[in-house]
Amino acid sequence: MSPLDSDIAHLLAGSMVLLSFLLLYQDRMFALLNVFAFHAFALAGSVAWQAFEQRAPHLFITALIALLFKGVVIPVALRRIVVRLGIHRTIDTVVSIGPTMLFGIALVGLSIVVMLPVTQAEGAFVREDLAFALSVVLLGFLMMVTRRNAVSQVIGFMSLENGLVLAASGARGMPLVVEISVGFSVLIAFIVIGIFLFRIRERFDTVDLQALDMSRGES
Amino acid sequence: MSQLAASGVGFLLVLSVLGIFAARRASGSRLIYAACAAVCAGLAGAALLRLLAPAAGLESVEIPVGLPLGRTFLGLDALSAAFAVIINLAASIVSGYAIGYAARAREPQRVVPFYPAFIAGMNLVLLAQDAFSFLVGWELMSLASWALVVSEHRSPENRRAALVYLIMASGGALTLLLAFGLLAGPEGGYSFEAIRRLRAPGVGPIVLLLALLGAGSKAGLVPLHAWLPLAHPAAPSHVSALMSGVMTKVAVYGFVRLVFDLAGAPAWWWSVPVLLIAAITALLGVLYALMEHDLKRLLAYHTVENIGIIFIGLGLALAFEASGLRAAAALAFAAAIFHVFNHSLFKSLLFMGSGAVLNATGERDMEHLGGLIRRMPVTAVAFLAGCIAISALPPFNGFVSEWLTFQAILLSPQLPQWVPRLLVPAVGATLACSAALAAACFVKAFGMSFLGRPRTVAASSAAETDRFSQIAMLSLALLCLLAGILPGFVLDSLGAVTQLAVGAKLAPQSAQAWLRIVPIDIHRSAYSGLFVFVMILLAAAATAFVVRRVASHALRRSPAWDCGFPDASPATQYTAGSFAQPIRRVFGSVVFRAREQVTLPKPGDTAVARLQVELRDTVWDALYAPIIRLVAATAERLNRMQFLTIRNYLTLVFAALVALLIIVGTWR
Repeated sequence: MSPLDSDIAHLLAGSMVLLSFLLLYQDRMFALLNVFAFHAFALAGSVAWQAFEQRAPHLFITALIALLFKGVVIPVALRRIVVRLGIHRTIDTVVSIGPTMLFGIALVGLSIVVMLPVTQAEGAFVREDLAFALSVVLLGFLMMVTRRNAVSQVIGFMSLENGLVLAASGARGMPLVVEISVGFSVLIAFIVIGIFLFRIRERFDTVDLQALDMSRGES
Repeated sequence: MSQLAASGVGFLLVLSVLGIFAARRASGSRLIYAACAAVCAGLAGAALLRLLAPAAGLESVEIPVGLPLGRTFLGLDALSAAFAVIINLAASIVSGYAIGYAARAREPQRVVPFYPAFIAGMNLVLLAQDAFSFLVGWELMSLASWALVVSEHRSPENRRAALVYLIMASGGALTLLLAFGLLAGPEGGYSFEAIRRLRAPGVGPIVLLLALLGAGSKAGLVPLHAWLPLAHPAAPSHVSALMSGVMTKVAVYGFVRLVFDLAGAPAWWWSVPVLLIAAITALLGVLYALMEHDLKRLLAYHTVENIGIIFIGLGLALAFEASGLRAAAALAFAAAIFHVFNHSLFKSLLFMGSGAVLNATGERDMEHLGGLIRRMPVTAVAFLAGCIAISALPPFNGFVSEWLTFQAILLSPQLPQWVPRLLVPAVGATLACSAALAAACFVKAFGMSFLGRPRTVAASSAAETDRFSQIAMLSLALLCLLAGILPGFVLDSLGAVTQLAVGAKLAPQSAQAWLRIVPIDIHRSAYSGLFVFVMILLAAAATAFVVRRVASHALRRSPAWDCGFPDASPATQYTAGSFAQPIRRVFGSVVFRAREQVTLPKPGDTAVARLQVELRDTVWDALYAPIIRLVAATAERLNRMQFLTIRNYLTLVFAALVALLIIVGTWR
């Protein structure tokens, strides 16, 4: 693998980490959806580059799934949901943005510290790719934890899943069946969550999950 | 033989499934029990053939299911064959007893499907030649017996017993899992063959400790016996017989397999904890039993005592084997296994007898029984035989194995280390003490239940039990007698087992003149069960003859204050409590922290006088109660975790993930 190839792979994977930070930073719903779409584009690009590098044509299908579903269908659908629910206001965060970003940086450092020694046997390319993937997963998780709004939690979940796909494609790819089933499971999770959003709104007039807690007689 | 035995286990499992449907009718459950009896008899026969086969190697059946990294090996070597004979013989007869029980069962669908599975689990433990199937069989045995314990789930006492049992059983299985994990080593060769080849260095003492905890909790070693007197009596009587008479033997097998076969050569000090725990178990078991007036609980406590006796034999075998005294080790080991056999016979017999009594009167409390010998003569005779056998009186079998244990104890001066040389005579004294107390206890059990006058209406209107149960009890009584009269044959058939466990065997016994057994040397000690039996018969016949000839047949009129029975009320009879009182006075204040309080009304006051006795279970108070308090307090704290918000749960997961990653990152 030439240095250029590996640099391109790093560029794409690294841009996913950067976009994850952007996701953490966003405090407007539509902007959040747009960044998520970019996140999915970066994933598709990264996976496609891996497919080209590894001569693994089935990874192109993975890239296509990422592009179509996560890059187009889900953001568009979420945007419609947001419009119908009328919640394109400021996102309620639990922890304010600054500390969250700092914590995110610490997480990226942690994932590099963890991944680089563990995967010593692999090539440098795979190792750094895995470190990026773990960062994306952790940042997605962090987003789920620090957001109160249901839609932004969904976005956090989806970006976490993007990190998983990135890790899988880096490690010589996973079987196509698994890919497709993961893709479908994400879609189904999206549908279910979408339905739940409406149900929650019908019941509580808000998608702020705090309302759920209140209805249980807490906080 | 191994194929036959393995298919027998499979057949039992099929019976267990069929039992779900068959239990709807009494005839169906009868059929299941009859099939169990037949299969167990077949298994016992196959195992006996395997045991007696001269120098047959281990033939194992390979079953292509199991752990992802291995297959299941089933087979019978001499050790498992000996235990398979013991277990299936008793299980077969108990199943025969259960045929009679099936007609009276209240909720057969709670018992019948689990019964064959229970026997299958025990057989699987014996057949297992790898750790995986051993543990699967062990768990099957535990869970099936647990289901049988909760079969009468309506009483809160039984539910508590089942809970305690479940906790103890899972803890025991966990320690065994750890023991096998250590033995298998880092390569993870879980077949017994691989473990023997590996001989993982340095794990022996830990395996001994884990085996004492794991197998000991199932067998009922003090202080892990707490569940046993709760759970064994809670099940239906034929299941109690199996749990107490048979399942504890599977636990002994587990201990022997781990410590004598797999853990490698023992060090001399291994015997010290085993002997200490065994002696305490024997003494405490019988003391508990003496204080107990519930017939089935009394029997369960006696199981604890007998397990102590068995483990004394095993501990002696460890001490002798480690010092290279192989002949003495073979004697001690053979005595232990002989006692395993004997206990499986007479404890099953006694539990079946108590089941017959329970069924006839609805009473387990001895203070409500009495005079049953007239109402249930066959049960009384069989129960008496069991009592004599468990009290270690000749010519029954209990005497032989305890005598052999004492012979081994008397060899202890040959030991080179001073610790066991001092310890073993003390253990011998404890054993003698507990044997005497056991005899007292069974005088109480038989006397209060079967002799005297009925203390309640239920006892006075009891009827003899059914034919199947009678045959089962009588055949066990006969086996007890036969094993006591012909011990040489039993000892000879154990030759291959002692060879496998301690590397030596006793000199052939069945060729001795007068059917006597000579464990060490003819000039030292010998015992002929037949001779003693004939002498007892002759003496009894002579006494009966003299009494008939010499005693007067003339009609006598007796005064009103005759023999301390001035009042016709049965309540004036000697009671179980009064029988146990002297022993409670001697041991009770220390062991049970017994308190007696007498409240006498003032002269002229017509209020009743009261004698209140308070006994406490010191083991429970000292060991289990603090653990229970700790668990309850922790659960109370963790209870708050149950009502968090989704985001809080996610935060917890996230924090755990990050913490683990930090550990991974900083570990090296």
